[in-house]
Amino acid sequence: MAQKKFVCSVCGYVHYGDAAPEVCPQCKQSGVFVEEKKKGIDTNSNTYTIVYSTILVVIVAVLLALVSQVLSPRQEANILLDKQKQILGALKIDYSTGNPADIYMALVNDTLTYDKQEVYVANLNGETKYILPLSGKGLWGGIGGYLALDADKNTIYGVNFNHESETPGLGAKIVEMPFREQFEGKHIRNAEGAVVSVAVLKAGKHADGQEQVDAISGATITSTGVSTMLHEELVNNYQEFLAGEAGHTAESDPTAEGGLTGEAGQFNTED
Amino acid sequence: MLSQKTKDTLLGPLNANNPVVVQVLGICSALAVTVQLKPALVMGIAVTIIVAMSNVIVSLLRNTIPMRVRIIVQLVVVAALVTLVSEVLKAFAYDVAMQLSVYLGLIITNCILMGRLEAFAMTNNAWDSLLDGLGNGLGYAIILVIVAFVRELFGAGQLLGFQVIPQWCYDHGYENCGMMLMPAMALILVGCVIWVHRSINDEKK
Repeated sequence: MAQKKFVCSVCGYVHYGDAAPEVCPQCKQSGVFVEEKKKGIDTNSNTYTIVYSTILVVIVAVLLALVSQVLSPRQEANILLDKQKQILGALKIDYSTGNPADIYMALVNDTLTYDKQEVYVANLNGETKYILPLSGKGLWGGIGGYLALDADKNTIYGVNFNHESETPGLGAKIVEMPFREQFEGKHIRNAEGAVVSVAVLKAGKHADGQEQVDAISGATITSTGVSTMLHEELVNNYQEFLAGEAGHTAESDPTAEGGLTGEAGQFNTED
Repeated sequence: MLSQKTKDTLLGPLNANNPVVVQVLGICSALAVTVQLKPALVMGIAVTIIVAMSNVIVSLLRNTIPMRVRIIVQLVVVAALVTLVSEVLKAFAYDVAMQLSVYLGLIITNCILMGRLEAFAMTNNAWDSLLDGLGNGLGYAIILVIVAFVRELFGAGQLLGFQVIPQWCYDHGYENCGMMLMPAMALILVGCVIWVHRSINDEKK
């Protein structure tokens, strides 16, 4: 199917087709066409195209797989480090002067594992803080974060948010301090002790029966996303942890165990 | 030092043959990443690097590429490069990679890339293609930076995240223009840039 190229030997007129024309349309002489053979391989043939594409795809696939293999330990280390930094951010610890990984290891000494969730336990100047990983939906993609609770499992100590692709200057402001600071000292339970989360609302609106923070103006969907994420995670997903039942400790830490059972009793009476 | 042709290849896209304001390519990403100056800068640099690299690769392959699948071959080259760059960034500059997450993916769909590959790299040698790639990437970056500068300055009163408009102005009734944060405003600004650009270039003729 590949077209052949014929060149008129008199005037140089080029004709593409399966066969040479009898008479040259330009100089009107007959029998002057010579087929021009391509040098080397015909790059328009089907075989060449298929072989070329196959080789190209294999080379690219091998290259990418190789790069991914070589770099994945570094990438995983980065992801872990990022998570540790975010948890330190939720605990309001400045890690810029030291090694974040070391600071993290010194503070966070236990992990409670539940059916769906993990809760990190940190010891901050003798006080126990619980760090709850969060994940939810923003406007363009996923949002997430870490919520640090005081030992009473009620007062918010600090919070850190992250997002995949919220609008810069609008939704992306959830990671900035002015928004995050609002959560500090808020309570996730109502007066009766039931978990009600914290609402993110436009200034002027008032939440019924729960504490609230101001939404980011111009980023309604992201703000609602944060509000929904907190509600979903706290009211539904962390029910088991917040109800006070002790999780399965990853490491046997007698102090953490003791603290937990004590709290369990406390909240059972409230319920 | 450089011949006239080389100069034209490298510097032409910065002004007279700018990919955004003259060829009107890459508008989609110009709207998406120009709310703030920083992502615009980074996107400009990333596009410059990737256009230059893919231009060189396609130029080296140009005589072997089967004509009927050339667009797919070009696309594979670009996609492989973008994936490569994002993997390397994730390993060595995680913070930058996180900031760029969406934009890196967007580069594959940037019309400037396919435009340059198809119009230039397929018919020119590797050196010229490298210059053409750099020129077009920078031409794109300049427009992005101009638009982002205006949008961040008037939309948020900041530049690169630092407050530029003093509190004094806000106290006397100045307000940030929320309109600037909308994608529509980016389009209007690009329009204004084209207007200014055309008027200046017409005067020269």
